[in-house]
This record gives sequence, structure tokens and C-alpha cells, in this order.
Amino acid sequence: MAGKSEALQDLSVAYVMQPVAAADWLIVAPVIWCILIGAVLLMLRKRTDLQPLIAIPALALLVLMTLGLLVHVFQSGTLSMTMGRWLPPFGISFTVDLLGAFFAATSALVALGAGIYGRSDVDDTGRRYGFYPFLMLIMAGILGAFLTGDIFNLYVWFEVLLISSFGLLVLGSEKKQLDGAVKYAFLNLIATTLFLVATGYLYGLFGTLNMADIAIKASELRGTAPLMTLVTLYLLAFAMKAAAFPVNFWLPASYHTPRLVVSALFAGLLTKVGIYALLRILGMLFPFEREELSFLIAIAAALTMILGVMGALAQNDIRRSLGFLVISGIGVMMAGLALGSPAGLSGAILYAAHSMVVMTALYFAAGVAARLGGSFELTSAGGLYTKNAAIAAMTLMLFLSVAGLPPFSGFWPKIMLVKASLDIGAWWLAGAILVTGLLTTITVGRIWALAYWRPAPAGDPDAAALSPLPVGATMALAGLVAITVAAGVWPEPVMALAQDAARGLLDPSAYVLSVFPVEASQ
Amino acid sequence: MEPILAILVGALFTVAIYLFLSKHVIRILMGAAILGNAVNLLIFTAGRVTREVPPIIPGDADALTGAAANPLPQALILTAIVISFSFFAFLLVLGYRAFQELETDSSDDMRVAEPVGDKSPPAGY
Repeated sequence: MAGKSEALQDLSVAYVMQPVAAADWLIVAPVIWCILIGAVLLMLRKRTDLQPLIAIPALALLVLMTLGLLVHVFQSGTLSMTMGRWLPPFGISFTVDLLGAFFAATSALVALGAGIYGRSDVDDTGRRYGFYPFLMLIMAGILGAFLTGDIFNLYVWFEVLLISSFGLLVLGSEKKQLDGAVKYAFLNLIATTLFLVATGYLYGLFGTLNMADIAIKASELRGTAPLMTLVTLYLLAFAMKAAAFPVNFWLPASYHTPRLVVSALFAGLLTKVGIYALLRILGMLFPFEREELSFLIAIAAALTMILGVMGALAQNDIRRSLGFLVISGIGVMMAGLALGSPAGLSGAILYAAHSMVVMTALYFAAGVAARLGGSFELTSAGGLYTKNAAIAAMTLMLFLSVAGLPPFSGFWPKIMLVKASLDIGAWWLAGAILVTGLLTTITVGRIWALAYWRPAPAGDPDAAALSPLPVGATMALAGLVAITVAAGVWPEPVMALAQDAARGLLDPSAYVLSVFPVEASQ
Repeated sequence: MEPILAILVGALFTVAIYLFLSKHVIRILMGAAILGNAVNLLIFTAGRVTREVPPIIPGDADALTGAAANPLPQALILTAIVISFSFFAFLLVLGYRAFQELETDSSDDMRVAEPVGDKSPPAGY
């Protein structure tokens, strides 16, 4: 029998022996930073004046961290770090490829915008209820989901972001918010429970939870294990998180009820985490099962985009209209997932990043419009163009961008998706994307004509009597508009990034190699 | 043992889904509590039910000497219990606050966020 002291000398059998390179700490730094600042802000709950002064620079640093991570991943390929130094698959791995880093950087930018906008939108009461701590903690959940390489850990990050989103949703405890939150909470609970059920089965079949390990073992188990059942469960769970038809009803019931900045953050980020999980699990881990389900996904995608935009057309409240446009955009991303080709997946990735920025900015624009005109209702809004032409122009750019018209960021991913659909002869899917674009143009065109171009209704206070717009809100809006214009006029870098990310999904060998370097070299 | 547990899990899911179909928030809450337990049992069963010793390495050895129970499903369940408990606590308070503010327990009557006779958008310019 081997002596204990002798055995302890060979730790490399069980442990990662090389120290982690300093730059690789960027993999976990964003998540740790968010939790740390969130905890500090919780302690300063009553210092409502200090909270934004800490949170906004912290979010700016978060943007720098995630951008640094993106550059690092771009230069040195997929990175991996395993917790507790236990060799994977026993330790929980954080594995960052281009897809995760790209989404993380975009979502950090959006969160910075929300932090700045929130300064004028959330009053002292809202801050005492914990707007800024929840903002940091929801970012921890979102970034953790984008960066983790372990499927159970992904579930835990989903729960972290979900419980923070509950807190943000009921900030203020108005009747409407409680009403919306009841529906949001129960339906999202069912979705995450389905995710957990699928993960329990997955563990039973695979004996591992590490995504790279699953990617290796999936091809061996394909003949014997009921993987289709598993993948269908995952599809249902994540489609529910992403608000795809027919499991989208929690979104229009709740997204217009909280503070505007909270709606903006949710619309930008939460549904995209569902899309990210779909891309990761169906696109990378189970490509064969995704192929089998592709027709079903394509039908769900077409129905989601068309019914979403029809819902948007029928609304009088601008915020509710925008909520339906979020759903419609999810349909476009699902179309890319259904296609599954390099062009389809890169289109879906680019559209998701575009949608994060533009949907958040649209809610900001609606909030600024309500400040100027005093109403979210189309029947009573009007005359915003004469009150503030610059805001009206920025809003028009966002409207054109969400409708997918050039030269804004929504145009390029839609072109990629339409071309990818036509390449495989799915003319009806291409048609659905184009019809959705037309209906979206009508929806947003009507909002602009009624709320901005139409003369102000009689008895409306004129521009001179209005209090000036808060600088922070205008800056946050202008910053996000600048991103969508820049990505539309100069799309090559982001398109190349999305294409590289899609390639990483379709061929996960680099992902696997970064988690299991030893096995690959043998 | 597995068939019995599988049937029990199925029964718990059935009860939970039945309760979820109710329009009363209090029943949905009970459904959520049962659903959480059903999933925990499911993970337990899917992680193989074995009658074995705990996976503890004796002091004079450096590896497990024989078969041992798998501790990982229990770790997963422990995480899931903590999460589902905190969810349930939040939902309970949310349901109670909604009952206080909206003065109803029925989801049919919860129409504050989406009113029934909501105005249509203007049909003309």
C-alpha cells in the first residue's frame, strides 16, 4: 500500500499545477467585481447619494474588464480556468470563448448605460430599496452565465440573475408591479425548474456537467442515450427564458411595469441570456439534435417574430409596444439557430448583440419622451419634435435600427439571416424575416409620426415650461445610439467577430482543448 | 428502488402541474413547493441510487479502496434546495403583498398591468 506522504508528492494527478497567468484572471474578474461592489453597495443602502458615485465608476471599470477579456480571447483563443485547482471535469470550469466574451462586453456596456440613466430615473426610495446593489448582482448573474463552462453552474447563474430581477421588478411595490411580478415570477420559476430537470437527466446520462466534457461524450452516447428528449427539454426551458412563442406570455405582462431603466435593462439583457444558452447548448453541445429539431425551431421562430410585431402594432402604450418588439427580435435570433449554418449562427449572434444595445436604448428613448411629453400613451402624445429635435432624431435612428433598415446595426444581421435562409431554400423563413421588418417599420413609424411629428395636443405645456432633461439620461441614450450607428456604418469588425464566434460554436475543438490541454496533446 | 422513486417523482410532478393549473395564487405556491421537491428527488434518482459507504478515503490510503456512493447528486440537490427555498420564500411574500394590494387571490382578476378595456392606438394621424 502506498504511504500517504509519498502519494502526496504527486499532486499533478488531481490538481492543476501551473499557476494561473495574471491576464487569465480576467476570466473571473468581472463576476467577482460585480458581487464585491454589489456587497459594498448593500452596506451603503441608506447612503443614497453615494451609491451612484460608486456604482457608475465600478460599471465603467467593468466595461474595461470585459473589453480587455474580449481582446485577450481574440488574441490567445478560448481561455479556461478551473476553480479550486481540481482538474476538470471535477472542478467547475469557467471557459470563455469569443461568443461569451462578445456578449459579456456588450452587456457590460448596456449596464453602464443603465447605471447612468438610473441616476435620474430612480429616486431615493428606489435606491433605498436597492436599485444599484441589484443592478450589480444581476450583472454578476448575467456575466457568470456568459463566462461559465459548467452546465450546473449556468443554472446557478440563471437563478442569481432571476432573483435579482425579482428585486428590480418590484422596486416601489406599486399595484401594477406586483401584478406583473406575480406572472413573471411563476412562469420564470417553471422555466428554470425545467432547466434543472434537464440538467438532472443530463448528469444521469453523462456523469459529467462540464460542457467541454459533454461535447466530447455526446458523440459516443448518441446511439444509446435518449438525447433528443434531453435537448427538447432544454429547448423548451430556454425558449421560455428567451420569451419565444408560445411560451412568451410572461414578458408582455410584466416588462412595462417597473421603473423605466429596469425595463430597459431587462429588455436588453435577460432574454438574450436565454438565446445565449440556446446557442451554447443546442448550437455547440448537441448539433445533431438541433438539426433534428431545426424545423420545429424555425416554425417557432417565424411565429415569434410575426406575432410579436403584430402585438406591438396593437398597443397604445409605447412601453408595451416595445415589449412586443423584444419578442419579435427573439424570433429573428431563433431563426439563426434553426438554420445552424455558419452564416445563420453568426447572424443570430450579431442580432443578439445589436438587440441588447438597441432595445435598451429604445426604452431610454421612451423614458425621455415621457419626460418631455408627460405620457407613454400614443393617443395623448405629440409634438416631441418641436420640443427637442435632437432627441427626436436619435429616436428615429433607433427606430430605423430596430426595423433593420440601413445604415444602422439592425441591417447587417438581418441581411446575413435572409441570405442564409435563401441559401438552403427556406424562402418562407426569409419571407417571415422580411415581413417582420416591414411590420416593425410600420409600428415604429406610427409611433414616431404620432408622438414626435404630430403637433402637440392643445393644453400641453410648451417647451419653455419644461424642466431640462437630466444630462445623464441624454448621455446614456446618445452613447447607445452612437454604438448602433457605428456598428451599422462600419460593420466589418463586429461581423468578423460574430463569424469567428459562430465558427467556435460549430467546431468546439478549441473550446475542448482549452479545458483539457493534457488529453489533447497525448 | 428506482421504479418506486420514479413513480413517486411522476406523482409529485402530476400534483404540482395540477396545482399550477389553478387560478388561485395560494395553490400555485403549493405547486411550486411540491415541484421543487419533485425535481430534487429526480436528480437523486437520476444520479443512481446505491447502497454504499460514503466516499471517504481511509487515513493510510490515497485513493478509494472499493465502491462508494456518489456525493455529487447530493451536492446538486443541496444547491437546488437552497435556491428553491429562497424562491419559495420570495414568492410567498410576493403572493401575500399582491393579495394585500390587489385584494384578490385569483389570477383572473389580476388585470392591473394589462387592463381589459385597454385603449387601442389611434387609427389615423
